[in-house]
Amino acid sequence: METLWFMIVAAMVAAYVVLDGFDLGAGALYLGVARTSADRRRILRAIGPVWDGNEVWLVAAGGTLYFAFPLLYASSFSGFYLPLMIVLWLLMLRGIGIELRAHMENPVWVGFFDLIFCFSSALLAIFFGAALGNVVRGVPLGADGYFFEPLWTNFRTNVGNAATPPGILDWYTILTGVIALVTLTAHGALYLTVKTENDLEAKLRNVALRAWPLQVLLTILGLAATLYVRPTILDNYNQHAIGYLLPVIVFASLAVMLYGIRNSLYKLAFVASSLYIVGMLVGAAFALYPVVLPSSSDPARSLTIYSTAAAHHGLTVGITWWSIGMLLTLTYFTFLFRMFRGKVRLEGEGY
Amino acid sequence: MDSALLVHRIHFAFTVTFHYLFPQLTMGLAPLIVILKTLGLVRHDESYNQAARFWAKIFGISFLMGVVTGIPMEFQFGTNWATFSRYAGGVIGQTLGMEGMFAFFLESAFLGLFLFGEKRLRPWAHWGTAVAVFLGSWLSGFFIIATDAWMQHPVGYFTAADGSLQLSSFWALVLNPWAWWQYAHNMGGAVITGAIVMSSVGAFYLLWGKFENYGRIFLRTGVIAGLIFSVLQLFPTGDGQGKMVATNQPVTLAAMEALFVGQSGAPLVILGQPDVASRKIDNPLEVPEVLSFLTYRRWKADVKGLNSFPQDQWPQNIALLYYSYHIMVGLGTLFIAVMAIAIFLLWRGKLFSSRWMLWILLLALPFPYIANTAGWMTAELGRQPWLVYGLMRTADGYSKMVSAGNGMFTLLGFLGMYTVLGILFLFLMRREIEHGPEDQPAIAGAPPKREPARV
Repeated sequence: METLWFMIVAAMVAAYVVLDGFDLGAGALYLGVARTSADRRRILRAIGPVWDGNEVWLVAAGGTLYFAFPLLYASSFSGFYLPLMIVLWLLMLRGIGIELRAHMENPVWVGFFDLIFCFSSALLAIFFGAALGNVVRGVPLGADGYFFEPLWTNFRTNVGNAATPPGILDWYTILTGVIALVTLTAHGALYLTVKTENDLEAKLRNVALRAWPLQVLLTILGLAATLYVRPTILDNYNQHAIGYLLPVIVFASLAVMLYGIRNSLYKLAFVASSLYIVGMLVGAAFALYPVVLPSSSDPARSLTIYSTAAAHHGLTVGITWWSIGMLLTLTYFTFLFRMFRGKVRLEGEGY
Repeated sequence: MDSALLVHRIHFAFTVTFHYLFPQLTMGLAPLIVILKTLGLVRHDESYNQAARFWAKIFGISFLMGVVTGIPMEFQFGTNWATFSRYAGGVIGQTLGMEGMFAFFLESAFLGLFLFGEKRLRPWAHWGTAVAVFLGSWLSGFFIIATDAWMQHPVGYFTAADGSLQLSSFWALVLNPWAWWQYAHNMGGAVITGAIVMSSVGAFYLLWGKFENYGRIFLRTGVIAGLIFSVLQLFPTGDGQGKMVATNQPVTLAAMEALFVGQSGAPLVILGQPDVASRKIDNPLEVPEVLSFLTYRRWKADVKGLNSFPQDQWPQNIALLYYSYHIMVGLGTLFIAVMAIAIFLLWRGKLFSSRWMLWILLLALPFPYIANTAGWMTAELGRQPWLVYGLMRTADGYSKMVSAGNGMFTLLGFLGMYTVLGILFLFLMRREIEHGPEDQPAIAGAPPKREPARV
């Protein structure tokens, strides 16, 4: 039962990153790529009807995490207090950036919200990447299952060093943050190539094309750094060799991405990029299982799905309503994306 | 009081109070927009559709503010109240999880279609998206109320070996009688906000002499909904909620009424300032025996006073609780009176020309917000000193790992951020209302005509 909920939460987080990832990426590349008012509106219109729904996956994943693993929720949210609050502020800025921009035509107003939208999207991508880095690296858990991490200490990972605990930002988590930024920028560019035409489409294709070698390099660097920081990461892989399929999927997706971009098969490239993200996330989850939050100092203190889960009756009841809710959700979203399918046009409604 | 505890309490109180300014309007407007759209379809009258479009824009801005200030609420259970989350997450994780799965997805998926999809959809399909948004926002309200109601009146749980609370009965949690009374009372309050905002804007247009056709639609819809729901707010929902408090939290009832000494035939204090130190009310204006009657339906019934309970069970801030409760009830009574007069004038065909009444309706705008806020303060201050009634004290629930300094840092951050949001909200509201409902393209915001500055 705990394992099932572990998979459900992991799947919801992956869905969040794939979905909100493309609009975060669209935000990160927004100012650099879209120079004219019309291009900016095309980008906003491509993500406008869906960004809020995408973001709900974060809230729903958070709610499901709270429900299934209350101790993990309590411990990680209070331990990551400062970065989470910063993430909240960035999410707020981003929401008003997208939605309030179109309310006035004044160039100062529009320029202000453009800047806010781009800045907060890019920083969010970095923070989410750093968050994943923190979870993989481990946090200074106390005997009671709680911890508090400052934003930074000495920028070393300090694994196994009880005297100096790690900070949210160290060289490793900054690296994962950069990986996330590059990955999501490429992901956003690919989504937008599907939704746009002509000049803008060509510019976006260029972004994806230029991001690609960087992404390959960073993926290799990231894997190497993870092995260095947390050598035990391979334990699960060595026990269950099927896990080695995941890195294969990751690199195969990268290859398909390049093929898709080169041949202007943007939908294929976008799917490959999604698969790449899922592969990376599932790879991390597979390596951690059954641990959900490793301790950076003493492996015995690591939080596992068993030590943090809610009681069985609650988890069993949850399966019923979760399944119904997910079925409904998939119906809505299929409908929504179908309604707004195709290339965006500037005539008519919205943004 | 421990300073970290104080900071965490103010942190939550401030963010949730500010947050709820927005959902009360969106939840209140949602059914009214459905009514306007229905009238437009049934009567084939385009002005109702146009009116619905205008309110959809107001709804959209308020909804956005509700979303961005709402995400921190769920996060804060974990960030600022970790001990509580660990203790009670096995139960309230159910309702909070369901809110995400059932309400938020529904709302967010259809909001885009509702706000931007009118031209892509057939009229009845677009009406359907309005209904879906209405359902989503009201479902969300239910799951939050069910969570709060469980904290007020915990049911359907057992204590696990590690000391945490876990779910024993899903249906007991969802069918908690406290939740249903509180839900009815809370949603009624939200509709009153929606109705008064609508009639206030209508009164403004008539007094201004612009968009008068729409002003009349807004007034008619607003005062009819306003009267119905302000009466329901008193009876049965307010009455039912009061009985819940009297039965399950008698000490809270005594503190709300500032009844320091229990008595048979207890009076209802209409006005007066509680003096907690000397346990009396200054300048009381009382109606004899009415409190006993309202609580137990018997004039001579015995009502327990604060003296019947040990002081460590009393809500800590009796004066604020007393004022919150009295402000809520006082304003609720005024709403009934104002709306009844407005309906009378509407029936006699004089509402639209009675300038004095239009002024009253215009100036009523802030008061439902005050009443709703005071109502929530009554509920939450009344629950003190408990976080989960009778099970966990508020003083034990906060995140022990988050220092007062870190809490203060983010509290200041929220104060700054919300000041900006509040200013933006008021600014945009003023623009939309001044712009008026005419010639609304079916979109939120006209596309910029000029080239924006390059950044």
